[in-house]
Amino acid sequence: MATATTPEPAPDPGTPAPALLDVRDLYVEFRTRDGLAQAVNGVSYRVDAGETLAVLGESGSGKSVTAQAIMGILDSPPGFVTGGEVLFRGRDLLKATPEERRKVRGARMAMIFQDALSSLNPVLSVGAQLGEMYEVHQGMKRKDARAKAVELMDRVKIPAARSRVGDYPHQFSGGMRQRIMIAMALALEPDLIIADEPTTALDVTVQAQVMDLLADLQREYDMGLILITHDLGVVADVADRIAVMYAGRIVETAPIHDLYKSPAHPYTRGLLDSIPRLDQKGQELYAIKGLPPSLTAIPPGCPFHPRCPRARDVCTTDRPPLYDVAPGRSSACHFWEETVRDEEPPHAR
Amino acid sequence: MPERYVPNEAVTHGDGGTAALAMAEAETLEGGRNGRGGSPRDKPRSLWGDAWRDLRRNPVFLVSALIILFLVVIAIWPQLIADGNPYRADLAKAQEGSAPGHPFGFDTQGRDVYTRTVYGARASITVGICATAGAALLGSALGGLAGFFGGWWDALLSRVADIFFGIPVLLGGLVFLSVVTSKTVWPVVGFIVLLGWPQIARIARGSVVTAKQNDYVQAARALGASSGRLLLRHIAPNAVAPVIVVATIALGTYISLEATLSYLGAGLKPPTVSWGIDISTASTYIRNAPHMLLYPAGALSITVLAFIMLGDAVRDALDPKLR
Amino acid sequence: MGRYVIRRLLQMIPVFIGSTFLIFFMVYALGDPVAAMFGDRAPDPATAARIREELLLDQPLWKQYLHYMGQIFRGDFGTAFNGQPVTELMGTAFPVTLRLTLVAIVIEIIVGVTLGVLSGLRRGRALDTSVLVFTLVVVSIPTFVSGYVLQFLLGVKWGWVKPTVSTDAYLDELLLPGVVLALVSLAYVTRLTRTSLAENARADYVRTAVAKGLPRRRVVTRHLLRNSLIPVVTFIGTDIGSLMGGAIVTERIFNIHGVGFQLYQGILRQNSPTVVGFVTVLVLVFLFANLVVDLLYAVLDPRIRYA
Repeated sequence: MATATTPEPAPDPGTPAPALLDVRDLYVEFRTRDGLAQAVNGVSYRVDAGETLAVLGESGSGKSVTAQAIMGILDSPPGFVTGGEVLFRGRDLLKATPEERRKVRGARMAMIFQDALSSLNPVLSVGAQLGEMYEVHQGMKRKDARAKAVELMDRVKIPAARSRVGDYPHQFSGGMRQRIMIAMALALEPDLIIADEPTTALDVTVQAQVMDLLADLQREYDMGLILITHDLGVVADVADRIAVMYAGRIVETAPIHDLYKSPAHPYTRGLLDSIPRLDQKGQELYAIKGLPPSLTAIPPGCPFHPRCPRARDVCTTDRPPLYDVAPGRSSACHFWEETVRDEEPPHAR
Repeated sequence: MPERYVPNEAVTHGDGGTAALAMAEAETLEGGRNGRGGSPRDKPRSLWGDAWRDLRRNPVFLVSALIILFLVVIAIWPQLIADGNPYRADLAKAQEGSAPGHPFGFDTQGRDVYTRTVYGARASITVGICATAGAALLGSALGGLAGFFGGWWDALLSRVADIFFGIPVLLGGLVFLSVVTSKTVWPVVGFIVLLGWPQIARIARGSVVTAKQNDYVQAARALGASSGRLLLRHIAPNAVAPVIVVATIALGTYISLEATLSYLGAGLKPPTVSWGIDISTASTYIRNAPHMLLYPAGALSITVLAFIMLGDAVRDALDPKLR
Repeated sequence: MGRYVIRRLLQMIPVFIGSTFLIFFMVYALGDPVAAMFGDRAPDPATAARIREELLLDQPLWKQYLHYMGQIFRGDFGTAFNGQPVTELMGTAFPVTLRLTLVAIVIEIIVGVTLGVLSGLRRGRALDTSVLVFTLVVVSIPTFVSGYVLQFLLGVKWGWVKPTVSTDAYLDELLLPGVVLALVSLAYVTRLTRTSLAENARADYVRTAVAKGLPRRRVVTRHLLRNSLIPVVTFIGTDIGSLMGGAIVTERIFNIHGVGFQLYQGILRQNSPTVVGFVTVLVLVFLFANLVVDLLYAVLDPRIRYA
């Protein structure tokens, strides 16, 4: 389960081994001049070693903020974690000292960002930025770190790594830059990688290559991977499980194939229906009506109810809990049963 | 030309050149306005409405606007708060400190420092406002056209502006104004406009070039809008903000420049009552009678400060990125 | 890079000609140098005519200009009307002003960058606010006011420093004048540093550096400062050229016999060769400082490549 280099206390035989990452009831808010934005409202999910969890949601759904809170890189102020636990191998990172958290960052859990061009330092060579990981976390000499950087670049299949190690980020193509981001995350062979829209900024053809590379490396190192995306298509082949977020909440979690086959939340259903499909050529594409809510004014009850085709009176007043739909499946919809069966709502409005 | 954060106009020509100082700060504004919005809570509002809403809540704006209003009023009607005569000299009281009815004391010719300080506002405010208006109109017209049409006109303007930047401001002022005999404010205004317009022109050119690349301008062009309509209806409203900010800050620095030129004997000339002249005269006697220098110097500094603060507040309001 | 330098040098030619011609025009066309030589006395017409002929003052202005420039490029800046070669004046004045400028720049860097970094890293806190207020106040007080006040307080009243500078202009004597000369630029450096730092602090690559688990100190020094100081460095570079040109007020207050002092005297006495000669050199210094800054920029920021 763990990589060989990280000695773990022997798990208590009586209790099951703790998950690699277990986020419990996380709350994050942004205190801004325009008011309080409730970005994350009680999110829970877990990731095991070797597992890929896709976190799906529109922009503003809180998926990236959750990731930043896990990493401990939230801009604070204005962002504050106001509740919950982030258990990493059973230890609550939110209770760790800043220095302990720093040592975990990059070494044990790493992050890949969407826009590699702006996420890499423009005035430092990629070799310096890769080597820095070894210099800081392992106290390696600059020269040795540089050699490790070349190795890393080879591993993410950057051609002519040795001659390009001194180049600057802007001298690489978009796909190559994202490979460098991946290499940087991979440098210290972390247990968990969080990839925030890793392929969104890339051309479609390059997207697949980068995603394959990421999936291969994840298998090779038996890492946990959190794949944040707004695009269902990207994650279909690589993810094991999926968590759908809406207005700072998880509205559905499911093994990926179950979710595709029979979504248990009307929002997920809407997302699936709005994917263009070849066999429905000529038909009008479905679109979820309305807009996601402002995080400063989340609707009462189920936050999705103003846009939901199945909404009834109870949805405007009672916030749905996460109902267990099946082992490993849950949905935050009062009417998940009819949603799973995809039957018409009895009293459609 | 390479992209640079610090344009030439940032250069202060030596120690009198606060005139150029604020210019470069506006550079941050140009690039910055596009960074607006982005977070989900941002509702679409107009730039100007938003800016006004911020300004009204900004104490810096309120304080500086009040000071400026006060200065403008006493520049027009100095009698409101000073009933004396700024020219009446009583040599017997020369260099004396404050006395009843003469809170700031007397200058070296026995004239009332308080009255002269009040009357001095007129010259400074006149020069500041006229020079700024002139430089802003000339600069934004030339710069805006250069940015819009580009080509040889743009290249020519850039070179001409470079020529003016190459001349140290104070030197140019000394040379140019030392041969002028007119005792009015207009040669000084003319000179400041002459050296001030290229700075405004650069800012205007830059913001027009930026605005021109906006999608909606491209769209309007594609829909067949005429050049004049494009420039006036689509580009100017979006390009004018940086110019306003720079002009406001420049107003303060122009006042400072006028005082410096007057101090060097090349700006305003008696009988015009000017803070710069009075400070210059008083500087000889600073050991014995510092009050003669400190009061006009204080008035001058507060005036400059008020305009710079106003410019700062306006920039903050128009450039939400740096909050 | 080489081709870029050549192109920039070529572009400098018209600017150089334009600037120097403008000053030449102002000095020669607007004033009457011959009348100025005689001061208040009315010159003897024959003598005046002879002098005009000698100095080519009877020729059209552009011919005078060409003649003058021709001489300059042979290293002959003419003689001041008192008979002293202008180059000799320059030889004594420029080193003094150069020292003064260096003192000012060093103060600008040390104080300005430090204040800017401190306030940029603590935006919105008390320190940041006080630094902002300080810069506003400093910018608002004209140099000739701050100069006299500081001279009076530190030099005369409290006697901490010598209020005037000797002809040798030693570095320690130049400390207070350097502060006065630096003040406005210093405020600008502070604000530029602060703004630049605040902008870069939100950059994605800083977030990446944090996510890499770098200690805060390393994030700030290696990633944030390195990028934020690029515009500051280029500003300071340009400032060297411009401070040299314009220390008129400071040199007058502290009686420093540098470039500004000579220029001021030259203008008062309508000593045309002095004025035009000094300004020509200053324009050159200014133009080259700008070129160096542009090249420096390319060195500091690898994204910029000159073709």
